[in-house]
Amino acid sequence: MKGIIHQLDKAFESRIRLGIMSVLMVNEWVEFNELKTLLDVTDGNLASHISALEKKGFLAVRKRFLGKKPNTSFSITKEGKSSFEQHISALENLLKQQG
Amino acid sequence: METNNQPLDALRDIKALMERSSRFISLSGLAGVFSGVFALLGAAAAYWRVNLAPWAVRDNDTPFGTGRIVHIDTDVASFLAFDALLVLIASLAVSYYFTKRKAIRKQQPLWGAYSKHMLMNLGVPLLTGGLFCLILFFHGLIGLIAPATLVFYGLALMNAGRFSLQEISYLGLSEVVLGLVCMLFLGYGLIFWALGFGLLHIVYGILMYVRHDR
Repeated sequence: MKGIIHQLDKAFESRIRLGIMSVLMVNEWVEFNELKTLLDVTDGNLASHISALEKKGFLAVRKRFLGKKPNTSFSITKEGKSSFEQHISALENLLKQQG
Repeated sequence: METNNQPLDALRDIKALMERSSRFISLSGLAGVFSGVFALLGAAAAYWRVNLAPWAVRDNDTPFGTGRIVHIDTDVASFLAFDALLVLIASLAVSYYFTKRKAIRKQQPLWGAYSKHMLMNLGVPLLTGGLFCLILFFHGLIGLIAPATLVFYGLALMNAGRFSLQEISYLGLSEVVLGLVCMLFLGYGLIFWALGFGLLHIVYGILMYVRHDR
């Protein structure tokens, strides 16, 4: 049991980070505002979680201007993908042991 | 925060978010039901106006006819065009209303990556079909328009279904099959139209409503 818990990545402990990663797993590039609506969180909250994941190297950031408006999109890195997949399988194993 | 203790909840959240962010799940079944009803009303109006649709006229050379008619009254043609346009506008309006309502409830923005994907995949085959049918009309092959619209619409739906609810793909497949059968019985375009755009929309709309809307 203890071994499995260690496989759970601390970076994904919060619901919001889990949510960000879930959305990015199935989409190539997702805009900040779209993430915000999907996860129903505030700007500041989302930004802090995103920067934490970015520091870990799980996210790639793309900033550009659409007309005069700045537009920021995110995508998942290879590292982020494999870490998240590992996290999911750890969750599944945990579930199997409980059940 | 305590996802460690609730792996089941965490997995459920992950699955729901993946679905909500990649598939346009806000399409409402009620939109399908109402569009189907409008299509039936439109078909009834067409039937009443032309008193047995003009493409019921058949060539005698082949068993089912080619559906080619050389002459169509401009009066009748403009009535049918107006009829079809009215059905289209009413269906789009009612679909927008119900879909927006459902999007709010599902917390899914109406305009996102998924809806863009879906509309692109729907739009390209649909536009192709529309132009194809205009050319058929130009050649006077009016009898072929009904099966062609059904087939192209079905293919468009099958294409878009990957980015939306599964029922959309099945609806598409049904439209394609109906279109092909319609191609065999060329004189009966209006009836197949009513079946495809009316009945099938209502049936799948109810199915979607029961499965996803409540």
